[in-house]
Amino acid sequence: MTKALPPEALKNNETLLRTRAFAIIGVSILPMLLISALILYQFHRSYQEKAYAHLGTIVKKHKLNIDCFLGEKSGDIRFLARTFSFEELSDESFLQDRLETLQQEFDNAFVDLGVVNGQGVQVAYSGPFKLGRAVYADADWFRQAMTRKFVVSDVFLGLRGLPHFIVAVRDNTSGQDWVLRSTIDFVKFNNLVESIRIGKTGFAFILNRDGELQTTLPRNVHLESVPYRDFLEQHQADPDPDRVYIAQREDKEGNDFLYVGMFLKDGDWLLVYRQTTSDAFADFHRAVRVTLAILLLGMIAVISTSFAVSRRTAYRFAEVDMERQLMNEQIVETGKLASVGELAAGIAHEINNPVAIMVEEAGWIEDLLEEEEFQEGENLEEFHRALTQIRTQGLRCKEITHKLLSFARKTESRVKEFQINDVLQELVDLSEQRAKYGKVTIETSFQEDLPLIQASETEIQQVLLNVINNAIDAMEKEGGNLFLRSRLVDSNVIVDVIDTGPGIPKSNLGRIFDPFFTTKPVGKGTGLGLSICYGIVKKMGGDILVESRVGSGTTFHIVLPLPEENEEDASTES
Amino acid sequence: MQNEAAPIRLLLVDDEAGFVQVLEKRMGKRNIQVTSATSGTQAIQVLRRNDFDVAVLDLKMEDMDGIEVLKVFQKMAPEMPVIMLTGHGSAVAAEEGIALGACDYLTKPCSLEELVERVREAAARKG
Repeated sequence: MTKALPPEALKNNETLLRTRAFAIIGVSILPMLLISALILYQFHRSYQEKAYAHLGTIVKKHKLNIDCFLGEKSGDIRFLARTFSFEELSDESFLQDRLETLQQEFDNAFVDLGVVNGQGVQVAYSGPFKLGRAVYADADWFRQAMTRKFVVSDVFLGLRGLPHFIVAVRDNTSGQDWVLRSTIDFVKFNNLVESIRIGKTGFAFILNRDGELQTTLPRNVHLESVPYRDFLEQHQADPDPDRVYIAQREDKEGNDFLYVGMFLKDGDWLLVYRQTTSDAFADFHRAVRVTLAILLLGMIAVISTSFAVSRRTAYRFAEVDMERQLMNEQIVETGKLASVGELAAGIAHEINNPVAIMVEEAGWIEDLLEEEEFQEGENLEEFHRALTQIRTQGLRCKEITHKLLSFARKTESRVKEFQINDVLQELVDLSEQRAKYGKVTIETSFQEDLPLIQASETEIQQVLLNVINNAIDAMEKEGGNLFLRSRLVDSNVIVDVIDTGPGIPKSNLGRIFDPFFTTKPVGKGTGLGLSICYGIVKKMGGDILVESRVGSGTTFHIVLPLPEENEEDASTES
Repeated sequence: MQNEAAPIRLLLVDDEAGFVQVLEKRMGKRNIQVTSATSGTQAIQVLRRNDFDVAVLDLKMEDMDGIEVLKVFQKMAPEMPVIMLTGHGSAVAAEEGIALGACDYLTKPCSLEELVERVREAAARKG
């Protein structure tokens, strides 16, 4: 049986449960959000630490590489200066040999070699440039070389306009100062520095103390956006060669960058590594996105489940309310029927007495008519006829009340075995008068010796009477035939109630057993009858089926199962 | 009618006055002398002062339960056969009465002929 609920029933419960749904959502989602926020924050902090540490390590390694490179180059030149004397090296062909050896050994990192005397005049040169007898007295590197033992110069544009830097070593073992200098291949050095590439946007470059670039920057990067001045100002005084400096800055366009800095070359140079924050933290951001996506999905799931559940619950509540209402009405209906039954029984009983008296008084008159004086009377025959008529009608009253009392007497609803044909016959008798007024003829065909069924007799009476009454009601206007049949089929007793009324349209056929469904006008019939009948029959393991065609009539089949012992009787009988 | 034999003395107990009155008259014509009572208490009073051959007792009366009256009759006049009149459907009560010693029962409404026949039978059995 399909259950359709009226919309009002749902509405009442829905508002109530919506509040609950919101409460559930709040309680579920709030902790989720708090936990996620907490975890993400912790994750961010620890990721940042790790990322910085990682970057620091890489930059440190890179610094070591660079320092190593520089150290190596200056070491080689120092070795040369110590090993050979000023005079030896001043011989240009000797110098040339030395240069070639160096170039072979070190893959052309050394571009040239030059011997400069204490006055700053280059006395010997070997290399690709035409630097003949250049004077370096005023060159920074020369001056530095004269005060210090060796120097690695900043990168500068030399006499040829190309960037390079110089390693120069001063020696005075032979009593006078002289300087051996070598130009280091800038490109090789630059490549070394640029070889650090982490992620998509990471690159490194070197600045000197004055903020001048020593290596090249990638094409789209401008030095002004690099906050190196902060580094230099902060750590100018006491540069710690082992310390890694990390900072996060935005440029003028609002892009966020991560800067890692380390001092090289005893603090003369600053190795700066730059990467966009989003690149450096790419993994972190991805993790955050995934987490947020999951969080969002989770929230959606919670919300939709919460609403779905609350909706389902509201529906269930409404269903239960409906069922309870239905049960209440059924109880009331049953109570009413019981009262009416009792009332009818009472009335029938009471009528018996006056009827009996009337019949007896008529009898008394008859007795008196036996007397002599009446024997000759003209109207004697008429007296007798009239008195007999009174007696006949009195008897008829008795039969009528007898039928009613017989029906009403069965107030117990205990389950016991009984013969369905008896009940059917009783109902036919009861319904005779009604049928006659409705111009309905009743025909019966009861199978003889049907095995007894086991049920509550009152309930079966109710079901059969309901169906019979419906049939008679349907045929009220035009009259018709009511055919009642009982038969045994397998282990069931089937009662057919067939009428020739207007029939039930297909659209209603599926709903006639629904509670509160009625096609009778308001006030006539509650629509509960067939639903109660359905319930009764189903409860005892039977069924109630209907066939109908508009214009021809309706047939109800009431299927009642036999109790188990009687099933054997049935099979042996048939 | 027949006046040869002595009339049967009948105690008729029923709370329906009209019924009792007409029965009294009709039975009178059939050689049954009826004394009527319209309540249990009245019946017991009457029985105290008189003897009867047969009693006809309505089971359902207002003042006393018919069975109670029957018990009193048994005590007061154990020889007197009692015929019970029961309403439709009180077969159970009727059987109870039989078990207690009533000799017969009839269902109301009953025909006079039937009642007279049963009364005569009961009186014959007693005698």
